[in-house]
Amino acid sequence: MSPASAPTFLETLPLLPQRLIGDALRSLGIPEAFAAAAETAVAAIIVFSLFAGMFALLSLIERKVLARVQNRPGPNRVGPCGILQPVADGIKMLTKEDVVPVSADRLLHFLAPVLIVIPSILALGVLPYGREWVPVPATLGLLFFFAVGAMTELSIFLAGWASGSKFPLLGAMRAIAQMVSYELPLILSATAVVMLSGTLSLPEIVEKQGGWTLGFLPAWNLFTPWGLVAGSIFFIAGIAEANRCPFDLPEGESEIVAGHMTEYSGFKYALFFMGEYLGLFALSSLGITLFLGGWQAPLPGLGFVPSYVWFFLKLAVVIFLFLWIRATFPRVRMDQLMRFAWMFLIPVALLNLPSAAVWHYAGGGLMGWLACGPFLVLPYLALTIHFNRKLAQSTRTYRFAE
Amino acid sequence: MSAPVDSLSQPRFVAGDNGDRLLQVSLGPQHPSTHGVFRMNVDLDGETVVRLKPVFGYLHRNHEKIAESATYLGSIPYTDRLDYICSLTNNWAYALAVEKLAGIEVPERAEYLRIITAELTRLINHTAFAGFILGDMGAWGSALMYAFREREKILDLFEDLTGARMMCNYMRFGGCRCDTPEGWVDRAKKVVAEYPAFLDELEQLLLGNEILLARTRDVGALPAATLLDGGITGPLLRAAGCAYDVRKVDGYGLYSRFKFRVPLGGHGDCYDRIMIRFLEMRESLAILREALDTLPAGPVINPKVKVRAFKPPVGEAYARIEGPKGELGFYLVSDGSPRPYRYRVRPPSFINLTLLEDMCLGRDLADVVVILGSIDIVLGEVDR
Amino acid sequence: MSAAPKWIPPGIGLLQGLAVTGKNFIGSFFRADRMTTVQYPEERVTLSPNSRNIPFLVFDGGDPDTGLRCVACGICEKECPPQCIYIVLDRDENGKSLKRPKVFDIDASVCMNCGICAEVCPFDSIFMDQEYELSSADRFKGLLFDKATLAKSATYHAKIRPLEAAAVAERKRAEEAKRAAAQAAKEAKAKADAAKKAEAPPTISNARPAGGSASPPDLSPTRSGQESDPPKSTQPTAPEEAP
Repeated sequence: MSPASAPTFLETLPLLPQRLIGDALRSLGIPEAFAAAAETAVAAIIVFSLFAGMFALLSLIERKVLARVQNRPGPNRVGPCGILQPVADGIKMLTKEDVVPVSADRLLHFLAPVLIVIPSILALGVLPYGREWVPVPATLGLLFFFAVGAMTELSIFLAGWASGSKFPLLGAMRAIAQMVSYELPLILSATAVVMLSGTLSLPEIVEKQGGWTLGFLPAWNLFTPWGLVAGSIFFIAGIAEANRCPFDLPEGESEIVAGHMTEYSGFKYALFFMGEYLGLFALSSLGITLFLGGWQAPLPGLGFVPSYVWFFLKLAVVIFLFLWIRATFPRVRMDQLMRFAWMFLIPVALLNLPSAAVWHYAGGGLMGWLACGPFLVLPYLALTIHFNRKLAQSTRTYRFAE
Repeated sequence: MSAPVDSLSQPRFVAGDNGDRLLQVSLGPQHPSTHGVFRMNVDLDGETVVRLKPVFGYLHRNHEKIAESATYLGSIPYTDRLDYICSLTNNWAYALAVEKLAGIEVPERAEYLRIITAELTRLINHTAFAGFILGDMGAWGSALMYAFREREKILDLFEDLTGARMMCNYMRFGGCRCDTPEGWVDRAKKVVAEYPAFLDELEQLLLGNEILLARTRDVGALPAATLLDGGITGPLLRAAGCAYDVRKVDGYGLYSRFKFRVPLGGHGDCYDRIMIRFLEMRESLAILREALDTLPAGPVINPKVKVRAFKPPVGEAYARIEGPKGELGFYLVSDGSPRPYRYRVRPPSFINLTLLEDMCLGRDLADVVVILGSIDIVLGEVDR
Repeated sequence: MSAAPKWIPPGIGLLQGLAVTGKNFIGSFFRADRMTTVQYPEERVTLSPNSRNIPFLVFDGGDPDTGLRCVACGICEKECPPQCIYIVLDRDENGKSLKRPKVFDIDASVCMNCGICAEVCPFDSIFMDQEYELSSADRFKGLLFDKATLAKSATYHAKIRPLEAAAVAERKRAEEAKRAAAQAAKEAKAKADAAKKAEAPPTISNARPAGGSASPPDLSPTRSGQESDPPKSTQPTAPEEAP
């Protein structure tokens, strides 16, 4: 670990614009409150434009990756290797006709795509991207994240309801049910981290994951028994919260056309996509912060690399995992989705809380692993038994007629 | 502008049996997963299907009537377009009916070529089916692309042999239009030899997948007796455990010479339907290996049959084959003129659809799509 | 795959699926068989010699107007399943058939490329092309192919379908020889009492120049010359074996 006392220039590079503006304002004699507000605004703008750019890039990369999985080259016509494809998409979206159904509630229909982008941006504000780079340092960052994140559901429901159409309505119903169900395991898994870290501040949670066990293994929450369980649950619930395959039921394009987005076109449609991807970024970033050590380097001796580089590398890995899963799995059904959340994820997440407590009192280490072992093994064993029993009931053998 | 507008897109409710309001949803004809322009009017209670009314005919092309005004030969390219994934089996069924009508002998080599192309067609159909059904379940097309990747290899063989990839127009009364080009049999052998590896890969991707198991097990199952009553044939019927395969029952062509087994399921649900098709592909490969190894030399067409001005004697004939989707039959009535007096297709896609509502009742909307996919229809054949 | 193993941990099927897609993802960068896309306008697949698309009319020699093998008999017009061929027989001022089409149109928007016209043609004059870039900005005139568009040289035929063209040439040569022999025999018999003539090449009263040196001489005038009525109503029997 590099000493935190003297941050390098690279480490503070993302903060440069806001500092410059703040200093300039202060030197002009502007009151401190205004200067601080301007600093925060600049920080927010930087984060937003960064993630908006990443959204554009991801919309291309996603298509490229999916294409590669399917043995196709993917978009490669606009610019070299298709790098300008997002620009072309943007122009296309902007020049498309904005269709509003006659039966729609015009105001709400307009509000929904705007509202879906806002919470994601708000949530992205409180995340620590680097050792020095926290756009809005909030002591209750985690709480704020979840409070704001819950707004996404509202805007999706708004979109479905305001469209005055059937498929969006079905999609909105699905979205509400799904998101309410998956918010619980998401928060429960994060609770374990809060219990062990003793703080709701995201930068502090990352700080606590510094250091190494056995000299090489980073002390990330993922590498603890409770963290492994909570991280997996967080990942699965995160997929559902972000409406990604295999839990993309609200869109469910093979069943309900495009769900809540059916009646949207042009730039509003693009906004939904943007909101979705920003939500994906936010959730992945939170997952990285909680379980993957945030901006902490993955190996000792790599402290010279600016910390935010690690953060975004981890983000890239997690996003690739999302894409890989999307390219592979079929979608689950609504009842299966619900059953999975309420019958499996939530009980396991609840069981994980005592596991975290045991880990705390066992003092971690080998002792902790032994003590927490049952909490890890038992649910998996139960799941395996249940699964195999079901499988045994329905094991199929096929006869052959000659 | 504030006057209430009765819009097509406005949620519309219909009365249920016990006075509750049901949401009527029109799935199709431009729905993403109705396999073409099929439409289902579904009455939903929540997301549970209470009523389902199939609506079709959007792709009606007057196939049977056109055939009555075309010559016997002229109908062969039209049969390509019935089930456009399996043009060669359609060709065969029609050629078989005309041969039965006119009493035409088919040379041995032509029979072998027919079996080879028909089994290759079965491979194409079942492979594409595996991709389609995963697409219906919402997977982002990976399985479909793999299926199409392999299908291309067989389509290349078809193009080499018949001149076209999909609209083959290959079979003629009394044989096949042309003989295999140089090296075709070896290329076909190579494709057949490499196919099991791909099937392994596809099975690995699909059949163990827990999500797929959950989505397809016990979905859309009907007892075999009901299926028989509904006239269902093909993999659907065999998935329910009923040993009915026209290749075995009728023994048309030279199928009786080949050793192959007919896989039978026990449940008749969507999972069995997928499995049966996978197992059938393995059997098809066995037939193909044997047929390609023992392909006899000789003419591919009966030279006595006239190409122009073909007039079968007065009479009628029904011939059927085991198409990839089920029993495909052609019924012809000849009045001795160069054009059939009556031309009738027994399309397996269409008849297999008849029990769609029974399969879907009480299921989720999401299941409807999977069940429809598992029936494996092609709208070109349903609507004709 | 029919019998499931006794004890399998949950999620293994999902991991297997991920393995397959992962293998394809990586394979698409390194293996040609996992990246089969052809970048179309720049790259093209080589078509199979049997591949067929729109029909075309063959002419022998250098002039598409006079060298057309087509005698406007109308068989393809009658046999064409979607009825996309339209032929008008060319006649002189006396109404006598000139054994050639005045109009020969194929509506490419109707044609389904089945190849039946090529199959039924007894004069080896219509074959299937391999041209597939047929799009046009004019959906009516741009897709109605007239005689000039359809006419392509015999060398072109030999280029795209060497086997078929060779078979046709062979057949023509054989027929020519047979016909020449028959004519020679006939002439010999007719002129048996007349002065013995040395073996002379058969004289053909040909309105058009005969085929070029590369292609066999045209047969159609002689064949249709044996019939008195317009060829449109003829039903030539005994076709050669279809290619």
